[in-house]
Amino acid sequence: MLKFTDEHEWLAIDGDVATIGITTHAAEQLGDLVFVELPKVGARLVKGEAAAVVESVKAASDVFAPVSGEVTEVNEAAVADPASVGTYPQGGGWLYRLRLDDASALDGLMDEAAYAEFAK
Amino acid sequence: MPLDASSTPLHALHLRHGARMVPFAGYALPLHYPAGLIAEHLHTRKAAGLFDVSHMGQIRLKPGPGGMADLARALETLLPIDVLGLAPGRQRYGFLTGETGGILDDLMVARLDDGLILVVNAANKLADEAYLRAHLTGQCEITVLPRALLALQGPLAESALARLAPETAAMRFLDVRVVDILGASAIVSRSGYTGEDGFEISLPEEAADMVAEALLQDNNVEPVGLGARDSLRLEAGLCLHGSDIDPATSPVEAGLTWAIQPVRRTGGARAGGFPGAARILREIADGPTSRRVGLRPEGPTPVRGGAALFSEEAGESIGRVTSGGFSPVLKAPIAMGYVPAALSAPGTRVFAEVRGRRLPVSVVALPFVPARFKRS
Repeated sequence: MLKFTDEHEWLAIDGDVATIGITTHAAEQLGDLVFVELPKVGARLVKGEAAAVVESVKAASDVFAPVSGEVTEVNEAAVADPASVGTYPQGGGWLYRLRLDDASALDGLMDEAAYAEFAK
Repeated sequence: MPLDASSTPLHALHLRHGARMVPFAGYALPLHYPAGLIAEHLHTRKAAGLFDVSHMGQIRLKPGPGGMADLARALETLLPIDVLGLAPGRQRYGFLTGETGGILDDLMVARLDDGLILVVNAANKLADEAYLRAHLTGQCEITVLPRALLALQGPLAESALARLAPETAAMRFLDVRVVDILGASAIVSRSGYTGEDGFEISLPEEAADMVAEALLQDNNVEPVGLGARDSLRLEAGLCLHGSDIDPATSPVEAGLTWAIQPVRRTGGARAGGFPGAARILREIADGPTSRRVGLRPEGPTPVRGGAALFSEEAGESIGRVTSGGFSPVLKAPIAMGYVPAALSAPGTRVFAEVRGRRLPVSVVALPFVPARFKRS
């Protein structure tokens, strides 16, 4: 199941774990990415707080936690090669995985069609 | 895009070339083209980049009955540079200083046969025009020129422009010539804002699109947006007014003393006589309390303008970052900022606060990437 937020993040849901990244639309807006900072594995994230940072040549952008939970894994390849987040934002450029506190928190998020309309 | 954003004469060209447009200083301008900021930046360093800088102000000063010498002396009351000694066909960097010795704006002054042309920052051009009118009316005729301005920058800029205007190849750094380009009367200076060799080309608005497209016909020339313009000037250690220099910072603190010729300094034939001379001449003699420096973060985290600087991991702030980003050439973060003079020696380690953490940064000499101007 794929969900999207109005902060231009995507979540791929597998059981109670969500893989999270920025959308293709967001990556296009940010331009060439040169630095990625990810949360620590085991960190507890609260919905709405800054979870990661992606930086272009010109600016830093926070990536906010779309739901609350515990970080189970981070994409070290994205840290080593920040450009990959811009090139494959909805694939190999994922950022981190989160074990959801409450799966019902996903209910308010958009599906792919709704997001495509939102990002127009 | 704000509804009040003005278009430059190259607006249609930007759209044809797929630019992502953003508002900047009241204009819609290209942030980058499909190639992207880093590709555009590296192309400018390797070949040639074409920039639309038509948002900048081009202000012509025509002498009154007193002639060019009177005009030069009048302008010297507003800025601490040698205008009188500027030969026809030459240009130099300068700045308008305020009464407290800060920089109201920085600019280029070109001496043509029939007057001077100032190229000033877009964000300040209305204020500069009003300031010049307030201080120089009666001594010269002041006209804001409705002209486009292109910048062609990079090691292959010379060959690209020479295809259209062969006589420009013989120009030296900071030469200015009026030349014909495809039937248009262009004012060409060998200058720029990237640290590369290159030209700025002032054109009648209606000729700008044609000349720009003719330059882009050269396979070595690619369009470059504002994003790379900023990263290129930062690598070159060049100041952005409003960030690295402003009405509170003096040219001496900013490391721009080189632009104040000896004739305007203490002991010179026309020493002082410009706003803020007391502070500026004192700082030249005694040294400023703070200095603009280059900063290299030791880790991979970029340090941005506005970040506070510290001498240690604990303690009070001792300065601030004024510009910061990522160097596509060095593939590492770079920044500029102000530190106390005692901490301004290259090799000094200070700390920059980023997201609540103090990260080690090294003071380094500017520029980050050596300049390649055509000086001879």
